[in-house]
Amino acid sequence: MLENLLVQGLSGLASASSLFLVASGLTVIFGVTRIVNFAHGSLYMLGAYLAWTLVTSLPRGHLGFWGGVAMAALIVGCVGVLIEVLLLRRIYKAPELFQLLATFGVVLIVQDLALLSWGPQDLLGPRAPGLRGATEILGIRFPLYELFLICVGPVVLALLWLLFNRTRWGTLVRAATADREMVGALGVNQRMLFTTVFFLGSVLAGLGGALQIPRESVNLQMDLAVISEAFVVVVVGGLGSLPGAFLAALLIGELQAFGILIFPRITLVLAFLVMAVVLVIRPHGLLGRAPSTAHGATAIEPPYPPPSPWVRRIGAAALALAVIVPPFLGDYALIVFTEIAIMVLFAASLHFIMGPGGMASFGHAAYFGFGAYGAALLLRHFGAPMEMGLLAAPFAAGLGGFVFGFFCVRLSGVYAAMLTLAFAQIAWSTAFQWVELTGGDNGILGVWPSPWAQSKLAYYYLALTLCAAATLLLRRAIFAPFGYALRAGRDSPLRAEAIGIDGFRIRWFAFVLAAVAAGIAGGLFAYAKGSVFPTYMSISRSVDALLMVLLGGVRTVSGPILGALAYTWLHEQLMRAFDLWRLFLGTIILALVLFFPQGLAGALQRGERRS
Amino acid sequence: MLAMLEVRDLHAHYGRAHILQGVTLEAREGEVLALLGRNGAGKSTTMKSVMGLVRPSSGQVRFSGEEVAGREPFEIARRGIGYVPEERRIFAELSVMENLEVGRMPARGGTPPWTPERVFALFPSLGAMRARAGGRMSGGEQQMLTIGRTLMGNPRLILLDEPSEGLAPVIIERMAAAILALKRDGMTVLLSEQNLHFARLVSDRACVLEKGAIRWEGRMKALMADEAVRAQYLTV
Amino acid sequence: MTLEVRDLHKSFGGVRAVSGVSLSVAAGELLALIGPNGAGKSTCFNMLNGQLRPDRGSVRLRGQEITGLAPRRIWRMGVGRTFQITATFASMSVLENVQMALLSHARRLFHIWNPVAKEDPSRALALLDRVGMSAQAARPCGVLAYGDLKRVELAIALANDPALLLMDEPTAGMAPAERVALMELTAHIAREGGIAVLFTEHDMDVVFAHADRLLVLDRGRPIAEGIPSEVRRDPRVREVYLGTGATHGYT
Repeated sequence: MLENLLVQGLSGLASASSLFLVASGLTVIFGVTRIVNFAHGSLYMLGAYLAWTLVTSLPRGHLGFWGGVAMAALIVGCVGVLIEVLLLRRIYKAPELFQLLATFGVVLIVQDLALLSWGPQDLLGPRAPGLRGATEILGIRFPLYELFLICVGPVVLALLWLLFNRTRWGTLVRAATADREMVGALGVNQRMLFTTVFFLGSVLAGLGGALQIPRESVNLQMDLAVISEAFVVVVVGGLGSLPGAFLAALLIGELQAFGILIFPRITLVLAFLVMAVVLVIRPHGLLGRAPSTAHGATAIEPPYPPPSPWVRRIGAAALALAVIVPPFLGDYALIVFTEIAIMVLFAASLHFIMGPGGMASFGHAAYFGFGAYGAALLLRHFGAPMEMGLLAAPFAAGLGGFVFGFFCVRLSGVYAAMLTLAFAQIAWSTAFQWVELTGGDNGILGVWPSPWAQSKLAYYYLALTLCAAATLLLRRAIFAPFGYALRAGRDSPLRAEAIGIDGFRIRWFAFVLAAVAAGIAGGLFAYAKGSVFPTYMSISRSVDALLMVLLGGVRTVSGPILGALAYTWLHEQLMRAFDLWRLFLGTIILALVLFFPQGLAGALQRGERRS
Repeated sequence: MLAMLEVRDLHAHYGRAHILQGVTLEAREGEVLALLGRNGAGKSTTMKSVMGLVRPSSGQVRFSGEEVAGREPFEIARRGIGYVPEERRIFAELSVMENLEVGRMPARGGTPPWTPERVFALFPSLGAMRARAGGRMSGGEQQMLTIGRTLMGNPRLILLDEPSEGLAPVIIERMAAAILALKRDGMTVLLSEQNLHFARLVSDRACVLEKGAIRWEGRMKALMADEAVRAQYLTV
Repeated sequence: MTLEVRDLHKSFGGVRAVSGVSLSVAAGELLALIGPNGAGKSTCFNMLNGQLRPDRGSVRLRGQEITGLAPRRIWRMGVGRTFQITATFASMSVLENVQMALLSHARRLFHIWNPVAKEDPSRALALLDRVGMSAQAARPCGVLAYGDLKRVELAIALANDPALLLMDEPTAGMAPAERVALMELTAHIAREGGIAVLFTEHDMDVVFAHADRLLVLDRGRPIAEGIPSEVRRDPRVREVYLGTGATHGYT
């Protein structure tokens, strides 16, 4: 028993070390550039693939293996530099979330490029020379390579600490973290400085990936798997804090290792549970500090002009088309139309808290899922009809928003976004693992509409009516005192408080409203598909919602509608037409980010003003 | 005397607002030139345009005879122009010593290089708090540190943007003494100010900005004697 | 007395920021809180407006205890504020900024149906008129000149019919002429409406021209109090704060 615990403890340390390698790069890059770099996981994956190729093609032996690992890390560093110079450098002044969108585009592109280069199969790497065997610790055999990894973490932490605190480069980087422009005015080439930081962070990601090849197979899912864990570590530790990241990696590594022994089902969600608990208690992570408002970083949000006659006309025309055309369409088109209507509401609900509320949510799918499961569970366990299910959906989602929102709206920025993600992951894994209640991975089937709404056309009209009504209600709220109060809290919390606005309650209510709207969308989606699965609450669905809002433009009221239309349609078309749809979608996202930094609606607005 | 800084017909925009509408001025080697004018007259924008922090839409900025308009701020700083911003912009998490380190640039031939010790000789109170984080200093101490940080780059010209703003009168007096000490060492200073009492203590000449252009130029003494000009451009 | 403060204390990590500050302001009176940078003026201010909770001492507004209440509660009891660095809602128009304060006063912030644009603007316009900003009512706050923003803040602060105005360096960042104009306006409004005004300030022109009384802090303690002409002559005040007068012309 004791031996068992020791082994678990040691392997926990080894995974903590690996996790720290990736997380350290992420936190270094975030600390300086303030970019939430989703592509960090892709760099990690590239590191693993490149190391596999290099190590298997170089001559065997120490030089071949270690040389291959080092070369892979350096090549990944250069890829990072390319990404920084070609892409990120152009969008440092764009809103935070737009940068996130750009890095997500990179994720999609790298995924398909890796598929093209290395194929879909898992690749197994060779063992590390000299560290093949195992050693005895207190009578137990423990792999040498794991011991080696345990040492790598603290060594890297110490080196990075020295680099940042004892060198001129480190001092400059820390200064640039606070105020880039001022550092430039003091004679420092801050562009080069940022590029070197990106190089360092990317090398760490690449190294983290490359060192994994003797431990686990290299595959195409590595990027997203590691990025979510790395984010958790970085946030739990406190954004930008290296010792914090190390502490968090240890905490999560060990809890994972022992969690498996006690409650195997919990491993999927353990990291997110830890993050939720830490953020509720310490809103800036273990060792993080409240961000000082950096100079020139906070962009002034533009006003929301009331819709111009031109926009009103287009909107009315689109709605008229949505009512008139469908009877002439086939079933497939009706399914797509229904989905678009649902997605418009889903995006509008997320925009409600992101735009006027200024709170990003990485876990909005939770409320979509609550809606879907609310309806489906009522059917499965009580045989409730669709009408009741559609009533239960917003109620269930609203309740979820009420509870989760209470914690999330106290936080701000990336921390708030990550807490929403944590709650969504907890909800997702509950749906996934509480098989008795939810059917787990098999989902709940047979969630069909009532007889009167069974035809695709009737159901489409039902969905259109509910979605259009809810979307318009959200729009009204944005222009009503409540929406103004929400924006007031976003624009200047200080001033809002000083005129008696209780920002917490306002944001909380907005969160619940958004959850209710997402719940309606989720309920409608469940009956449209006839089934409910845990994937309704998955990260990728939350990301879909984010993409729709950002694509449309978070700073305009019509943005989410436009974004949902464009994204759903594009997604559908690309998936049907191309195997490499990710590559295309990623490229389109990058093009949008670079050429329409205000989103589609923002671009249209500007065009209108110019004409 | 030689012109250290020559600005000719400088124009700059913020979005659609035409802030600088043809600023022309000249700072001679070793003098303190005051840039006066109401709020929004374009004083800060003039300094930022010289420094490259605002990209001028047209016009020339010549430093020691070399055209620098359109260059990156770090290139301009490396040629010997130091910039002390109005908001101070101290690196709050860095210590006094580290703040000075960020500003350090190689010495220029001819003058003795600035070191932390030389900064502490100019501002003795900073020397007593070398390890203190910039964010934990009072407004007056931060103002001294921001000047010291810029001096560490061994500039030949410094742009001081409203150094007296928000400071207690006794501290402003110390600022005035420091500026006069720098001038004795041969430093050229372009000083933007609202506090006429302070500007009068340290400046040799003055330029008065109004609506993005220089409306009056002359000796500081002449300005103080000319009630009409002061009334027209500096008070109500 | 509109505002009565007794024996305020506050320490941060063992460092005494404010110790033993007492003051009172009567209706229609302007009291200036002055002192060197780091003397504890801001800490003192933040204890009055609710952003900081005092370690000890009491703050009373028209006889009612407001010590340690949240800023929004203090506002509801009749305290208007302006900030050292203006804080307004940049994405809203000047008019909407004032309307927000009125809507909050009427407790209508949770209304989600009727558009703000359909609200009756007359009260907000009247407030803007008082500070001379009604002509710019439709402009977004994000594009205003700094001096104008200060006026908008004053209008917002007046929306609640306050008994007390707290102004943290009201003229910071303004040109000399604007400073005088803003403080003349404030003094006029305060005397007309019987509003007590407490402000911190570094511009001696403003302080000596408009304050009825001064309170001088140094290292967290009050070192002098009285009418401007007395305080100006106080040797300790000259030593720690006023200096020789070379930089402000009051000797």
